[in-house]
Amino acid sequence: MNCPQAQALLQPYVDGELDLVNTLAVEEHLQTCTACRQMQRSLLTLQEAISGEALYYKAPAQLQKRLQLAIRDANQRAPDRPRLPAFRLPVFQGSGAFQQWRWVSVAAALVIVALVGWGVGYTQHTATLDDALAQEVLASHVRSLMATHLTDVASSDHHTVKPWFDGKLDFAPNVQDLAQTGFPLVGGRLDYLDGRPVAALVYQHGAHFINLFSWPSSGADTAPRVNVSQGYNLIQWRQAGMTYWAVSDMSADELQGFVKLQQQTVTATPTTYK
Amino acid sequence: MQARNSTAYFEQVVLPHLDAAYNLARWLTRNDQDAEDVVQEAYLRAFKFFTNFRGGDSRTWLLTIVRNTCYTWLRQNRRDELTMFDEELHNSPVDCAVLNPELLFEHSIDLQLLKDALAELPIEFREVLVLRELEGLAYKEIARIADIPIGTVMSRLNRARQALQTDLLQQMSEGKPL
Repeated sequence: MNCPQAQALLQPYVDGELDLVNTLAVEEHLQTCTACRQMQRSLLTLQEAISGEALYYKAPAQLQKRLQLAIRDANQRAPDRPRLPAFRLPVFQGSGAFQQWRWVSVAAALVIVALVGWGVGYTQHTATLDDALAQEVLASHVRSLMATHLTDVASSDHHTVKPWFDGKLDFAPNVQDLAQTGFPLVGGRLDYLDGRPVAALVYQHGAHFINLFSWPSSGADTAPRVNVSQGYNLIQWRQAGMTYWAVSDMSADELQGFVKLQQQTVTATPTTYK
Repeated sequence: MQARNSTAYFEQVVLPHLDAAYNLARWLTRNDQDAEDVVQEAYLRAFKFFTNFRGGDSRTWLLTIVRNTCYTWLRQNRRDELTMFDEELHNSPVDCAVLNPELLFEHSIDLQLLKDALAELPIEFREVLVLRELEGLAYKEIARIADIPIGTVMSRLNRARQALQTDLLQQMSEGKPL
């Protein structure tokens, strides 16, 4: 690790935001470099001075009382606040045939509740899986930027990037340079998502980076779906037997433009060869 | 009965973060009385939306509301303080050239000067520093509260620290004790 690399990581290092590998790399560099060590100490001096009690404004003692009164007051002025309805047993009313009908309807209701409950449980389950994957994709994106480990192979030439993946993955990712349409290819990286190694392609657009993850998956093509998480936009789709995730901090509209371009390149170049 | 219970539950979940709420509001409004008013308004809003709170980190949840209430209040009362910093204009891609070569660590810092320097920072720098250094929050939580990407949290923190250092070192070179 050289000085510019170490200095780029100093701030997340003193903030405790680096992963273990980079923490160790920074610490190793700090042991040998006086200049970087002094910068680190300057950062720590500043941090220590700010985070002391002198700059912290504690709430005045009467404020808590004032708030409690205000909340109770607001609560009383809102009598339409939802309350639980009184619970009544619906049996032992009426008699004869009517009572029998009631039991039938209760049983039917129970069956419906069970079916609906099962269905809801099922969709919620898959939604959680998808969310977990989205979080994983987002974490990879953020980590790639934070650790200055954006690319393993840095090149805007797809004839360099594509062969680089040979032997590292059991599939050939679709690699296109989109510089002419405003998204130059920066490079490629191996990543690990959804329990398998995947291809990560990095594109740039102005000051923004885009990570495009792809890996083979079975199933029909799906239209791009936008997720928003922690200020990032994530777009996921499936096309020609591959799952794609594009993630960036640029606007959803711009990212959708990028996805559209990607989709066109996939239809234009079949990726079945290797 | 239920309403009273929910009030008690709300107080139990949210009142412990009163110092954090007040500290943030005080740094954003820079005035004791205004901070108290904003915090009260924020707590009333939080109470109203408490049914939307699904557990999890109640401090981040509350601070998001406090921060938004501050911005609404400033927009209504001191609009000139919200001249937004033009992120695009000043943004370089992975902007991490961290520090001035000057050596701040050789000096002991005058806390009053530091307090004044922090209060003078543009609001979007002030808020990330306050959340990071005074509340000890992670980048992820700051990103959620300030509604910005993590990359922006990092670059704002970076610029905020640079500005503070430059300011302090300048004061020193002008002969004031540091």
